[in-house]
Amino acid sequence: MWERFVNELSTTMQEIAGSIGQFLPRLMVMLLVVVIGWLIAYVLKSIVRSILRFAKFDRISQDAGAAQFLKNAALPSSTELLSRFVFWVAWVGFMLAGINFLGIAGLEEQISNFFVFLPRLFVALFVLFFGLWAASFFSRAVLLAAVNADLPSPRLISFTIQTLIILFTISMACEAVGIAHRTVLVAFALILGALMLGLAIAFGLGGQDLARRYLERRLQHPKKEEREDELSPL
Amino acid sequence: MPEGSILTDDFLRELMNVGEVDILVGVPTFNDGKTVGQVVQAVRAGLLKYFPRQRTVIINVDGGSRDGTQEIVRAASISDLRHVSNVNTLRTLHSISTRYEGGTSPGSALHTVFAAADLLRAGNCAIVSPDSTSLEPEWIERLLRPVVRDNVDLVTPIYRRHKFDGLLVSNLVYPMTRALYCKRVREPHPSEFAFSGRLAAHFLEQDLWEQEACQMGAETCLTLSAINGGFRLAQSFLGSRARPEQAPSDLIRALRQTVGVLFWSLEANVPSCSAATESEAVPTIGAEHEVTLEPLRINRKRLHQMFVHGVAELEPILRSILSEGTLAELRQIATVPEDDFRYSDELWVRSVYEFAASYHKAVISRDHIVQALAPLYRGKAYTFLGQNRDASANQVEANVEQLCLTFERAKPYLLEMWNGRK
Repeated sequence: MWERFVNELSTTMQEIAGSIGQFLPRLMVMLLVVVIGWLIAYVLKSIVRSILRFAKFDRISQDAGAAQFLKNAALPSSTELLSRFVFWVAWVGFMLAGINFLGIAGLEEQISNFFVFLPRLFVALFVLFFGLWAASFFSRAVLLAAVNADLPSPRLISFTIQTLIILFTISMACEAVGIAHRTVLVAFALILGALMLGLAIAFGLGGQDLARRYLERRLQHPKKEEREDELSPL
Repeated sequence: MPEGSILTDDFLRELMNVGEVDILVGVPTFNDGKTVGQVVQAVRAGLLKYFPRQRTVIINVDGGSRDGTQEIVRAASISDLRHVSNVNTLRTLHSISTRYEGGTSPGSALHTVFAAADLLRAGNCAIVSPDSTSLEPEWIERLLRPVVRDNVDLVTPIYRRHKFDGLLVSNLVYPMTRALYCKRVREPHPSEFAFSGRLAAHFLEQDLWEQEACQMGAETCLTLSAINGGFRLAQSFLGSRARPEQAPSDLIRALRQTVGVLFWSLEANVPSCSAATESEAVPTIGAEHEVTLEPLRINRKRLHQMFVHGVAELEPILRSILSEGTLAELRQIATVPEDDFRYSDELWVRSVYEFAASYHKAVISRDHIVQALAPLYRGKAYTFLGQNRDASANQVEANVEQLCLTFERAKPYLLEMWNGRK
């Protein structure tokens, strides 16, 4: 009995030692990949930071309105944030690749899913950034045009344009990463539809006089107003 | 040579038929059928009367008019001359009309004329505006004579104008050009001007035509380029300039053509601008400056309203352009009742210089910076109109001179802002 127990124990111990002997080199490889990954990610971060500084990315993001958003959220500058993002994405990628070497069943598929997801994440971020930039640019252009044309409520018009572009951008970004595809599409259609219906009702019912005056101005021969611009500026 | 790419084959063929010329007059047009015939006839009369021994050509460059402008120009080129009774030309006066590529921008039109002038080796050239209905044959002589006789490279016009005409020029473009480039050119954005073949060749050689600012305001660009290049300048008094039937109501376009180009030009010229200190007079043929004083009905109230409205609504944009102190002062004067409102010269100059520095730093889109200046200009125009309501011609001139001196005195402030120390 005792002899059998010792045999079983020694067999088990041998199997454990064998497993550890098989696992240790893999662990070493994983650690090596993680360390090398950290170094590569760090170099990438420095390169991206230098490129962004050279391209004055902070100024572009300020123009896009992203800088103010980050400041309000007590986050670092856009350049720093993006370079840190690149660092973490690269390092996490290497860590997952390292874990892959361990040969743990079930993890491999998740890791390959992560790498498939990465390009979509980048596309979504790209869409989001340029969407925010476009929203800021066009809302400012509309505000200037409305003020210089002496239109009523220029800030409201500008805000509406900005909101629409941001909504559109968010829906595109969500679609790019594949988050709640249908929900986002339906929500976007509902919001846009509701907004347009609301505006139409507000303009047609609430602002009957305004609508009449507007249509009269558009369709009838305009009466020449006395304007300051009749003085030639040049 | 740059002309190879801009001149069409048909146009090149016509130019080759003309051969070398002594004088070239360019008439850029776009839907100017109502007025261009009269202008071309006056130009022809001027050339035949005052330059009968010279080989001359009139070149109409059209941006794709749909009102038969080109046909009217061709008809005017062969019709009887009513302006001059005794014309005895010794040379053939050629007239060519062509369409230029590149949309309706003034830059493309001028580029075509300059390229043609270079090809024809025209030593003396002039540009006239197709809507200058008050253009007399004598204007051609007054513009071209200094180039032909005195080897002047650029002749800009001086007009007899109403004291409230051209407020953007008298309150910003002229004083700022004078302060920064140290030359007292009254019309830095001329409608009519003459230039030498040397200046045309110099201008063609530069990489300016592709620049958006130069496309918008090629005339201002040419004036500044001539000043920077050290070319000989002169001004010539032409006479009364008729107010166009449809006044150029687009203030934003006017700002882009003049102020936008002025701001843009500083990018390359700030070192030379900062070295120069005092402004010099430009030799002037005829009267230095003449204004008419007949009463005009002007809606000043609307100007004030648009200033107040603009400062309030554009505050987020102005905050990124102006310093805190300047913006606070603007907000403060926007609360002042209309009768007591005054946009002082000092504040106006500081605002404009801060706009120029922000344009350099591109704090937001540069075109948006230029557009954001419109409400402030309206405030300054309101003040100028009130200040000079009952003023004589001399008083108006004294007030403009005072503003020019303020621009000159504040130049170090611009340089300080420019270098980012403030």
